Amino acid sequence: MLNRYLKEKGIESILFAAGAVAIVVLFLLCIFLFRDGILLFENYPFGEFLTDTKWFPTADPEHFGLLPLFLGSLIVTVGAILFSVPLGIASAIYISELANPKIANFLKPVTEILAGIPSVVYGFFGLVILVPVVQKTLGIPTGQTALTGSIMLGIMALPTIISISEDAISSVPRSIKEGSLALGSTRWQTIYKVTVPAALSGISAAVMLGIGRAIGETMTVMMVTGNSAVIPGFPSGLFAPVRTMTATIALEMGEVPQGSDHFHALFAIGSVLFITTFIINIIANYIKRRYRFNL
Amino acid sequence: MISGKLFKNITIFSIVMLIIATAFVGIGCVDNQETTEETTSEDATTEEVEAESIMIKGSDTVLPLTQAEAEEFMIANPEKSITVIGGGSGVGIAALIDGEVEIAMASRKIKDSEIENAQANGINPVEHIIAWDGIAVVVNPENPVTELTFEQLKSIYDGSVSNWADVGGEDLAITVITRDSSSGTYGYFQEEVLLDEEYRQDALVQPATGAIVQEVGQNTGAIGYIGYAYLDETTTALALDGGDGFVEPTPENIMAGDYPLARPLHYYTDGEPTGLAEEYIDYVMSSTGQDIVSEVGYFPVN
Repeated sequence: MLNRYLKEKGIESILFAAGAVAIVVLFLLCIFLFRDGILLFENYPFGEFLTDTKWFPTADPEHFGLLPLFLGSLIVTVGAILFSVPLGIASAIYISELANPKIANFLKPVTEILAGIPSVVYGFFGLVILVPVVQKTLGIPTGQTALTGSIMLGIMALPTIISISEDAISSVPRSIKEGSLALGSTRWQTIYKVTVPAALSGISAAVMLGIGRAIGETMTVMMVTGNSAVIPGFPSGLFAPVRTMTATIALEMGEVPQGSDHFHALFAIGSVLFITTFIINIIANYIKRRYRFNL
Repeated sequence: MISGKLFKNITIFSIVMLIIATAFVGIGCVDNQETTEETTSEDATTEEVEAESIMIKGSDTVLPLTQAEAEEFMIANPEKSITVIGGGSGVGIAALIDGEVEIAMASRKIKDSEIENAQANGINPVEHIIAWDGIAVVVNPENPVTELTFEQLKSIYDGSVSNWADVGGEDLAITVITRDSSSGTYGYFQEEVLLDEEYRQDALVQPATGAIVQEVGQNTGAIGYIGYAYLDETTTALALDGGDGFVEPTPENIMAGDYPLARPLHYYTDGEPTGLAEEYIDYVMSSTGQDIVSEVGYFPVN
């Protein structure tokens, strides 16, 4: 009897430990990231980090301005969302509501394959194919722009948005849709007045997770956005090169002397990135829970 | 029942403590390992000279050359071993200062601050020029501009000129391209052309030389700088005037020292090299070694 009890407890404890590992890892990651990031402010004022408009890490005196990088990430992400949300939600509606089951069973796995393509492949495609197209179509000095990055990131965020919105739309109870149809509304009216609003929490969560995916992407944006650390205008900045926070870390990590201000500045940027994606994920979870369908 | 609950609580509590303890032991181990590794590698430095094996670390520009040299050297001397690692000029010099490597590769000169750090650590860096590299300034083949003075090049890169018409070309916006700041070429170009001023903020920053060639090849208004080895028919190299008339980046001009953007590639050692390091550097400087320099796409010393 006691033996059996111990066995049960043992298994429970092992599973608990496995679960706790994720938390411990997250915790340690935070500590190391923030510790090295905060060291920057021993030599460089925090206010200047937030408000300086220049990023000249190797100049004398050094400028570690977060603003151009943060706004660069923002404009690329906003562009990606403008591009991928309408497309993603439309695909999700089609797959879950309109397509016949055969087509839907084919389309869903195909969109998920998009998520499995390595980001460097997207980046290479963007650099070789999309950059010249953007330059020639718009007649601008270079095709390495925020817009190019947005399009590529939009494509990369699509699988997340489609699959989560599709789940949300599919889980809207049949009774509600049938009620709407019984009252005489057409199929389209049912979709945009009943089904989509009912699935809105899931769709919003999908959008937030898509944003999270776009803001953290590195390789693709580094290859197609030109990486000029300038403050982008809006919307004119879409058609000019920008530099994101992720690209800055990836570009400059290579030869930065360990323990220098530049090194700590990159960690500070990493911390900002971490906090941003953390907040976005919390919002996504909150929306998902807050507006869950109760029947 | 109560004892069961208590038992459960104690179990969970002890497991949590165990995990936290393991995590901190883990952290401790990481640090400890680093220190032990450092000490062993320092010990090894002295032993390795006897065991006939050395480590070389540094610039990615010098890396392909050193790899080719080390391969040939090891074919000729199978009992000797040379390990070559890239990472960048700064990384290599830092490793030399820490006593981790026998030779550091650098595509730039050692900085004064690095010499100070080295001397504080009891290391005396000695410079060896092993080859020359030419930096070509390239434009799109459709661009009618074929030559620029250093003043024009500087004004393009510092942001005071933004249209090709201002430097004798068509009325077309200039797309300025640089490498990222971890590249030795970035630092070299900034020193030689920009005279240590900052690059214009809106310059495109490319993570690799290949990306610069790609963008210049497809963009009529673009200008960039690349190593001589990367020149091909997709881009046109400009003749430059550094004060003594326009000079084309040809192998003859680079070796004669006439081309203004030719830079030496360095090895740094702690004091005069001894043992295998000396043998290896002598091999690189020999005529066989200097032939390899030409094969890899750089230019021999002399």
